[in-house]
Amino acid sequence: MDKIEKSVEDKKLKIGGYEFTSRLFVGTGKYPSMEVMSDALEASGTEVVTVAVRRVKIDDTRSLLDYIDTKKYKILPNTAGCYSADDAIRTARLARETGMSDMVKLEVLGNEKTLLPDPIETLKATQVLVKEGFTVLVYTSDDPIIAKKLEDAGAASVMPAGAPIGSGQGILNKNNIRIILESAKVPIIVDAGVGTASDVTIVMELGCDGVLLNTGVALAKDPVRMAKAMKLACESGRLAFLSGRIPKRLYAKASSPERDF
Amino acid sequence: MKITLNGESRECPEGTTVEKLLDLCKIDKNRTAVELNLQIVPRKELSARVLKDADILEVVTFVGGG
Repeated sequence: MDKIEKSVEDKKLKIGGYEFTSRLFVGTGKYPSMEVMSDALEASGTEVVTVAVRRVKIDDTRSLLDYIDTKKYKILPNTAGCYSADDAIRTARLARETGMSDMVKLEVLGNEKTLLPDPIETLKATQVLVKEGFTVLVYTSDDPIIAKKLEDAGAASVMPAGAPIGSGQGILNKNNIRIILESAKVPIIVDAGVGTASDVTIVMELGCDGVLLNTGVALAKDPVRMAKAMKLACESGRLAFLSGRIPKRLYAKASSPERDF
Repeated sequence: MKITLNGESRECPEGTTVEKLLDLCKIDKNRTAVELNLQIVPRKELSARVLKDADILEVVTFVGGG
């Protein structure tokens, strides 16, 4: 490793018993085709891909898993579409039974229009799944109080939404994310709301440990190119955070010495 | 006898095991999880579990999601 590479080296992201170099988690939904999804995942440099749990279509032998190299990517099943702790627990147990992952992106929703999480059901499900030995990455709102309670319940990672799922609005309340980060003892991964590369950079500059996104890449006009943009944005934001930015000033400060001739 | 597989009613010969049904439906056991009457059937028990009339099976796999 050369000198510069060594001086900018980052520690790995640790979630439960797992370690990752990439801090970008990418979803597998809504791409124009499986081939584009597969290329986008590669361009993003991700090591963790989210998937949903659904009924097998009888007599349809095509599978998402034909397009995801499970040796290369860690599978993170979600409980999307669940509106109660019981449904989410049932989904997580089924996901684990496939033998592919004991990680779960726990998502218990409270409203079909906003897709905002139900904090009470989310906390209940977290408690049960932690007790059953799951590595729980839990989707939540950006509320610092519930984020702390989920951490206390044993979540391996807390994943506050930047903005509603699929909305592409970016990070609506940076201050809440900052408050969550201040006392967090587990990785904080912003999940949902990312629309473009700068949103990812902002998340990482705040000091978050990672970003999870899907729609921002999948529905971009060129998903593969956007995936690459998200990768670079994630790395840039992380580097900037670790570098320690200069404070903001109201007035100018010259970069060159005073003129002396 | 009649069973329900993923919400659809199906005729099924007496004595059919869960594994046999999955094979008949060309379902890859290594990529799926099975629930019989709301109880998960561990993969190693698929070949031993014999279906009964009115059983309700759910077989799930992974699809694209965020």
